[in-house]
Amino acid sequence: MAQAPTDPSSAETADPEESSPNMIVYRKIEDIVTRMQDDKTGGVPIRTVKSFLSKIPSVVTGSDIVQWLMKNLSIEDAGEAIHLGSLIAAQGYVFPISDHVLTLKDDGTFYRFQAPYFWPSNCWEPENTDYAIYLCKRTMQNKARLELADYEAENLARLQRAFARKWEFIFMQAEAQVKIDRKKDKTERKILDSQERAFWDVHRPVPGCVNTTEMDIRKCRRMKNPQKVKKSVYGVTEESQPQSPVHLPSQPVRKTTKEDFRKQITFLNMQIERHCLKMSKVAESLIAYTEQYVEYDPFITPAEPSNPWISDDAALWDIEMSKEPSQQRVKRWGFSMDEVLKDPVGRDQFLRFLESEFSSENLRFWLAVQDLKKRPLQDVTTRVEEIWQEFLAPGAQSAINLDSHSYEKTSQNVKDPGRYTYEDAQEHIYKLMKSDSYARFLRSNAYQDLLLAKKKLYSLEPRLYHKRRGSCSWCWWDGGGGLQLL
Amino acid sequence: MDQTFLAIVFGPCDKCSKEKPLRPVSVKSEQRSYCSLCVEMMATEGLHENETLASLKSEAESLKGKLEEERAKLHDVELHQVAERVEALGQFVMKTRRTLKGHGNKVLCMDWCKDKRRIVSSSQDGKVIVWDSFTTNKEHAVTMPCTWVMACAYAPSGCAIACGGLDNKCSVYPLTFEKNENMAAKKKSVAMHTNYLSACSFTNSDMQILTASGDGTCALWDVESGQLLQSFHGHGADVLCLDLAPSETGNTFVSGGCDKKAMVWDMRSGQCVQSFETHDSDINSVRYYPSGDAFASGSDDATCRLYDLRADREVAIYSKESIIFGASSVDFSLSGRLLFAGYNDYTINVWDVLKGSRVSILFGHENRVSTLRVSPDGTAFCSGSWDHTLRIWA
Repeated sequence: MAQAPTDPSSAETADPEESSPNMIVYRKIEDIVTRMQDDKTGGVPIRTVKSFLSKIPSVVTGSDIVQWLMKNLSIEDAGEAIHLGSLIAAQGYVFPISDHVLTLKDDGTFYRFQAPYFWPSNCWEPENTDYAIYLCKRTMQNKARLELADYEAENLARLQRAFARKWEFIFMQAEAQVKIDRKKDKTERKILDSQERAFWDVHRPVPGCVNTTEMDIRKCRRMKNPQKVKKSVYGVTEESQPQSPVHLPSQPVRKTTKEDFRKQITFLNMQIERHCLKMSKVAESLIAYTEQYVEYDPFITPAEPSNPWISDDAALWDIEMSKEPSQQRVKRWGFSMDEVLKDPVGRDQFLRFLESEFSSENLRFWLAVQDLKKRPLQDVTTRVEEIWQEFLAPGAQSAINLDSHSYEKTSQNVKDPGRYTYEDAQEHIYKLMKSDSYARFLRSNAYQDLLLAKKKLYSLEPRLYHKRRGSCSWCWWDGGGGLQLL
Repeated sequence: MDQTFLAIVFGPCDKCSKEKPLRPVSVKSEQRSYCSLCVEMMATEGLHENETLASLKSEAESLKGKLEEERAKLHDVELHQVAERVEALGQFVMKTRRTLKGHGNKVLCMDWCKDKRRIVSSSQDGKVIVWDSFTTNKEHAVTMPCTWVMACAYAPSGCAIACGGLDNKCSVYPLTFEKNENMAAKKKSVAMHTNYLSACSFTNSDMQILTASGDGTCALWDVESGQLLQSFHGHGADVLCLDLAPSETGNTFVSGGCDKKAMVWDMRSGQCVQSFETHDSDINSVRYYPSGDAFASGSDDATCRLYDLRADREVAIYSKESIIFGASSVDFSLSGRLLFAGYNDYTINVWDVLKGSRVSILFGHENRVSTLRVSPDGTAFCSGSWDHTLRIWA
């Protein structure tokens, strides 16, 4: 539906951050994991599992998650459900209790849900001091299951070097955290420890794993209110806080002016005046187009002799480069005049046919104007003049047939030459060719013979079709291989 | 286009009461009949003085309502309903046929050469590489002075490439095959924006480039002189993508932006001729249907949509409950029957454009798919990803 440019009413949004691209995904995932954990409405079975000497609280198996996703999100293929589940894990909403790598497996592996406190939608950007405190704290805990992995030990060593001066402070903070943790209930601690670890697995991922916190820099600007960003899990922030390069201040929203509304009104009036087609007609047209071209679509109708990418044989391209057009290619010229004009061999055939009828000036004019629009700016004035002389001036060599209204308009345009000087004239000539020259071309022996493969293009010695060899400024027949356009 | 002829009404002018040929005119959303002299006077005199912000706003609102009414009258059927009679597509076997490795960081953009096998790709690390993707050989490489090269394009002649990104510029590099070539030496700065360059495309010639930018505008440039030929204002936020209409005679292009709008522009006048706003989030990619009568869009709202220009409305939505990540890049197969879309969930979904259903899901990339283009002859498509690689699928 048409909407005016800079639609004033869309300037105000409730919370700009909620509409940021990342947040949209987070909210969708949050909806999914909330539903998954809701046992009243068919959520996954979250249980405490007895293992060896202890209990594993609050876990669910990978296959239960996969089953739930397939059932509740209408996913037919388990592979797709595993992929989606792995992404939800990678974003930090669910995690394997015994692995740093955040991925989902369709088996008995145990997973736990992340605490809302640690959800990415809280705009976490934890700093390295925080991470240092975390790793330091881990080394203070005497449990085998909490030993640092190799990459974590390396990270810790690097951080110790980087923060050498304030390591005492970090150590103290880590000790304080250990004290706080000790006061908590044993089961609660197991859960919280794992959630905290999963949080760091998102923000300091295992080397080789995708860092899902990376952002598309084009979207960063509008992303965050610096005040909302959370930088520390442990309530500690780095002293010197350089403004993060991604947090550029966003421009203040421009107030809508009367002029904006006037422009919108003009635009809307133009849209109301527009003659539109009914959906049924549009649908028929789209269907007709695809049906006509489906035989040319290599994804649907295998290419002959073969698709080079599949067979590793470039024969198809070699055939197309040769100037002998296939029947299929010639048939395509009959779909619309644009198809003939688009294909260099088709264009060549069309022009030759018109030359044989001594009526090629229209097509040559059209081609000349196309060429004009492709020229560098500095060449435009000269070309405009040349086209005028060749095709439109009184007594022009290749005079084209324009109605008086178009002719007058064009002569006015020529006084202020530009790339679009001949736009009006070109449109008229295009319509003329479509209804006249093009229709005759399709009926011609030249075209029909090619279509029915009765004749090859280059079997005998080259024939001169151009009536004025070398004297037209826009094309010359080289008598050998093809028509060349300057 | 059929011609309608206006019947000439003769009578007393609603403004000056003189008996004259009358023309219909809209004054404060009401239909009036003015003589041509009064129409002219109305246009030039400060009738506007009596218009307040509120009255203009309400006029705009009522026009919007009228427009919706008019469009609704034409909405007699859905595309997928009419398409029920179309034969269903068979099973597809699409695989990665080539993997191009060589970028050191996220691949952000790619474009095909008209020769159907060469491509240019650009990356976050500032590198722009030209490959013969059939052999997977790298043929040229240049390092840009900035990181995040978000846009790149191949010239129609195959003799040059254009690229840009955080430098706010679009630069053109001629491709040479001389030994010891220093591509950077022959670089030509063409476009200058006031924010990042998000997309660029040559028009039908090596001599003009169309650009889109984070500064909210699009622009057309003369490559030789670097002169701005036309600028396009209207988006209310960053413009993220653009695509030129495929017609031989057309002078239009479509752009999509962070304002959730897709806008169609007249390249001659710089005016927006049509505008569509149905997405719920940024439009990352727009691409014309091969006939030029419609275009598809991919958005952060996890949907792709088809808009028809003749109906002036959205005619199809391609979405699934299980697809929750944004679509970053879309392109059609040659006949327009298939829509390939790359997503931020690392997958590529293939949609049946007419029926609206998903035909296939392709796994392979290990991070977001950021760019996707079908080759010029439709024999394959190429996808680029944040996993540093490009893949050719067929």
